[in-house]
Amino acid sequence: MNATAVKTGTEGKIWGGGDEQPLKASYGKLMMWFFILSDALTFSGFLAAYGFSRFKFINTWPIADEVFTHFPFLHGVDAPMYYVALMTFILIFSSVTMVLAVDAGHQMKKNKVIWYMFFTIIGGVVFVGSQAWEWANFISGEYGAVETNGGKIIQFVNAEGEQVAIESFAVDLPSDRTRLTRSEALWYESESSLPKYQLAEVIEGFKANPDLLVRTQLIAENGQKTILSREESLAKLENDGMQVVEGANLVHNEYGPPLFADFFFFITGFHGFHVFSGVIINIIIFINVILGTYERRGSYEMVEKVGLYWHFVDLVWVFVFTFFYLV
Amino acid sequence: MAHDSAHHGSATKRIWTVFGILSIVTIVEVALGIVRPGFLIETDFLRMHLLNWIFIILTLYKAYLITWAFMHMEHETKGLRRSVVWTGIFLVCYLIFILLTEGDYIFDVYKEGYIAWDF
Repeated sequence: MNATAVKTGTEGKIWGGGDEQPLKASYGKLMMWFFILSDALTFSGFLAAYGFSRFKFINTWPIADEVFTHFPFLHGVDAPMYYVALMTFILIFSSVTMVLAVDAGHQMKKNKVIWYMFFTIIGGVVFVGSQAWEWANFISGEYGAVETNGGKIIQFVNAEGEQVAIESFAVDLPSDRTRLTRSEALWYESESSLPKYQLAEVIEGFKANPDLLVRTQLIAENGQKTILSREESLAKLENDGMQVVEGANLVHNEYGPPLFADFFFFITGFHGFHVFSGVIINIIIFINVILGTYERRGSYEMVEKVGLYWHFVDLVWVFVFTFFYLV
Repeated sequence: MAHDSAHHGSATKRIWTVFGILSIVTIVEVALGIVRPGFLIETDFLRMHLLNWIFIILTLYKAYLITWAFMHMEHETKGLRRSVVWTGIFLVCYLIFILLTEGDYIFDVYKEGYIAWDF
């Protein structure tokens, strides 16, 4: 075996780090660290922008416990944060298997590296799937709300203060309002699908149910959203109501300011994309390990480098978890 | 690379210990997030609830553990460690300070201004 094969193949190459390494790390590892630093700054930019918008709407921001309340197979059960906590565990655990793979690589134990990397990939796939499920719930929404002329959201609660779904009280009124499609419209005009209920149907249903109240976005002293009295509720709904909103997209959001949904989609989406690419890179390295590439090279440093990236993805999630779900 | 194989047992043990700590911290965070103890929400420090400060400190602790133990930052040279960690921390703190101050100012404008926003 020649000298270059036992190391990383960068010996004697000045742009490969050369033989003199002031930071005692190979070129590849060093560059991975600086890539991670710049990527961390990108994520920090997003999260700081989220903080900016949140401080801007500090007294009307949605309460995360009321937004993310679903758990698979427990339909209708109010389970705030349990699912995202589980996702966090899955990602931390896949980080553990990754670092175990790196450790096994240091000891040149090929089979152990293969198994640990396999578990890491499975963990990553499960995490991305969970995130997709979380998105699906967020997009389809749960209760529905009414958007006011000023772009604020009003939700409906019963006498106990529990949120009530629009479809449980809205009445059916005869309406000839149909969806505007390209075939009916002027040049290139159309609209997205109509909500199940029109504003007038919600107002009629609200009038017919005397124990219903309106909840505004405003957070009161006790940390809960403000609930209006019956008279105020009726006035608010009739004077300010503009349209029914179901679920969330980039423009309308039944949970609160549309910015909340925008940041949610953008930041968890960007993170999810990182997890996805991490899984792809892991699979490539996994195949290389199976083929014995690193065994022949005499060093499992590639596993270590992809491991750095994978831990970084976990690191980012720790912050996303805090700022989206906890704080 | 040879130094790791010398302490094989302790390296694995360290990984599991760190995993244990990370799990416990996460469980504490989730429990606090669900219970939301009243006095932690009512007490403010630097315009933020004490509870949020606890979350942020625990998060930074988790980030420290992941970087140092899982990413092996503790085995890197001082120069590499500082060039990555200090650069990041300095720039992020600067950005957060500027953006949050500005966000708070805009909140005041919305609140104190003569234009109605809630209609």
